[in-house]
Amino acid sequence: MLSIENLQASVEDKAILKGLNLSVGAGEVHAIMGPNGAGKSTLSNVMGGRPGYEATGGSVTLGGVDLLELEPEERAYAGLFLAFQYPVELPGVSNMEFLKTAVEANCEHRGIEAPNTAAFLKAAREACAQVNLSPDFLKRGVNEGFSGGERKRNEILQMIMLQPKLCVLDETDSGLDIDALQVVADGVNSLRGADRSFVVITHYQRLLDYIVPDFVHVLSDGKIIKSGGSELALELEKNGYGWIEQEVA
Amino acid sequence: MSESVERINERLASDYEAGFVTEVENDSLPPGLDEDTVRAISARKKEPEWLLEWRLKAFAKWKTLTEPEWAHVNYQKIDFQALSYYSAPKGQGDGPKSLDEVDPEILRTYEKLGIPLHEQKRLAGVVAVDVVFDSVSIHTTFKDTLAEAGVIFCPISEAVQSHPELVKQYLGTVVPISDNFYACLNSAVFSDGSFVFIPKGVTCPMELSTYFRINAMNTGQFERTLIIAEEGASVSYLEGCTAPMRDENQLHAAVVELVALDDAKIKYSTVQNWYMGDEQGRGGVYNFVTKRGVCKGRNSHISWTQVETGSAITWKYPSVVLRGDNSVGEFYSVALTRGRQQADTGTKMIHMGKNTKSTIISKGISAANSENCYRGLVRMAPTAEGARNFTQCDSLLIGDTCGAHTFPYIESRNNSAVIEHEASTSKVSDDQLFLCQQRGLDPEKAVSMIVNGFCKEVFRELPMEFAVEAGKLLEISLEGSVG
Ligand SMILES: Nc1ncnc2c1ncn2[C@@H]1O[C@H](COP(=O)(O)OP(=O)(O)O)[C@@H](O)[C@H]1O
Ligand SMILES: [Mg+2]
Repeated sequence: MLSIENLQASVEDKAILKGLNLSVGAGEVHAIMGPNGAGKSTLSNVMGGRPGYEATGGSVTLGGVDLLELEPEERAYAGLFLAFQYPVELPGVSNMEFLKTAVEANCEHRGIEAPNTAAFLKAAREACAQVNLSPDFLKRGVNEGFSGGERKRNEILQMIMLQPKLCVLDETDSGLDIDALQVVADGVNSLRGADRSFVVITHYQRLLDYIVPDFVHVLSDGKIIKSGGSELALELEKNGYGWIEQEVA
Repeated sequence: MSESVERINERLASDYEAGFVTEVENDSLPPGLDEDTVRAISARKKEPEWLLEWRLKAFAKWKTLTEPEWAHVNYQKIDFQALSYYSAPKGQGDGPKSLDEVDPEILRTYEKLGIPLHEQKRLAGVVAVDVVFDSVSIHTTFKDTLAEAGVIFCPISEAVQSHPELVKQYLGTVVPISDNFYACLNSAVFSDGSFVFIPKGVTCPMELSTYFRINAMNTGQFERTLIIAEEGASVSYLEGCTAPMRDENQLHAAVVELVALDDAKIKYSTVQNWYMGDEQGRGGVYNFVTKRGVCKGRNSHISWTQVETGSAITWKYPSVVLRGDNSVGEFYSVALTRGRQQADTGTKMIHMGKNTKSTIISKGISAANSENCYRGLVRMAPTAEGARNFTQCDSLLIGDTCGAHTFPYIESRNNSAVIEHEASTSKVSDDQLFLCQQRGLDPEKAVSMIVNGFCKEVFRELPMEFAVEAGKLLEISLEGSVG
């Protein structure tokens, strides 16, 4: 599904990713953990094509499509979804209108028929219920005046509506209490399936109690330095990152 | 500047859909302006002597005035002798016709512009339309239906003939002849515009609208509109404007006067999309306009809503004089500038009556190399006991080569008056654009959505179908030319 080979990337001419390899199969959930400043968010931004994050070498392909060649919105059409660490506000732009426009754009470019208004509304309301947001949030401006937890749930709402192939969640757990964490995890788990993969970026093991990964990778100084099964996360929780970094060095 | 904004920049094509020229033969006055020009216009319109006198008085005054220079706009001084002051399509000069008599070329023009001239073709949301082509009104729809309700809606040149006493009573009472340079010029040479009279207690049964089009080259359009709502009457009126793409500048110097008596309500909405000129700043309409309403009666209400996307230069301050106690004035404005457009626009709220209330919501959006300026005056007279004003003035910048300026003027001479002012300047941020793009919106769609969101409080004030129009217009404007 996703194949990242020898990815190098820099921000403001500073090398951040230094030869990163990652392969995610269809239906798999991979967790990426690592110390602050390791380059986790950079990885997500480079995959999404955020301006200012420049891939200087290597490749990222999703379902055989070379993402690095594409505009950000074309990467979305290819099936990529990023749940942001800090979702921004779009004042005055109703959540409903935003979702509808996004769903229609994605359907159009993926060559599938967009739902009619009634079907869309029904789906949107169901998705709201799923992430435990009142349907009133559909009428409000995108993230406008939302609490941190509401913003994260709104991200999952968008994820549910857009039916991506690959979801990258960047620290979606940060700032969430246990209840909200459960809601977010339930949303993700409900989307798990044979043809959808996840890359879950997190600093803490906690989230992985709720979203159990198939693989765990440790990202440090722009590279994956260790990979393992879900038990690796527990080990990291107990012993921190230092021992691996030493082991590798 | 972000890559996304650059991408928008690259698509600097000027797709101004209303930019075509209609090929018609014109009956025009030769360029030039003197007393004879004024007499010739008056004669063409077969005006009564008192109106000619009025025009001549204005012209004499105008000769003593100089062009104002205080606005935050730059342009080559206008050569008033190089303009033609009257242009009418041949055979249309004698005022409105039945549709069979209107030149088919002109009918096609309005068809292309999407303006409904056939009454029966209009389905939901009935709107009566007066269409002004250069210096004359071509046709007014639904006149009979309106007449049954006692409403007079006709070209002002016709009202001069059919209701001279009303025109005489109100013309120039809100914007006096000597008000300012352009208003004075307008008083001397005004061509056509709409006249609306809503008698006592009548709620106008449909939206009224006037559609202005400047077609002829080197011609000034001097619209004159007068709207009167008697005691307890109410009306909602909308004007729309377009002009062909021409390399020369065209001048639109309008005067609009509104009079609201006791308990009357006038809602005046504008969607202004005059040609803005090309990327180098060649051509485009100079939109120098004086719009003012007087809340003459108690509890009267005047509301201006404007969506300004066109014109090379806009110089316009729709204002309300709040004379009657408890009267209400409102100004809701969206002004979008792009390319090399310059807009200096805002309002004046003059509080005189007790417990008068005004609200000003201004949304300025600047893109590319444009300059967007809000200029507003709130004045509380000594008599304005308990008056209140709330002003909110927001600017949104797209890219970093444009300018936004805010000049609020406040004069309070009554201690019990309350004036609140809020202002903000923001940019369409890279983070916002990226969020939209990541969800599958292309940058143009993303910007237009963000801008529409920014303008929501103003669009909400427009009559429903025009709100949709305005949203679309912003989208089209941004598509071709934001950057
Ligand atoms: N927009 C940016 N401008 C400058 N430096 C950045 C930017 N984004 C990330 N960096 C730098 O890149 C490195 C990796 O950051 P990041 O990817 O956010 O790490 P993580 O998400 O793993 O905490 C850090 O040194 C950070 O300072
Ligand atoms: Mg991070």
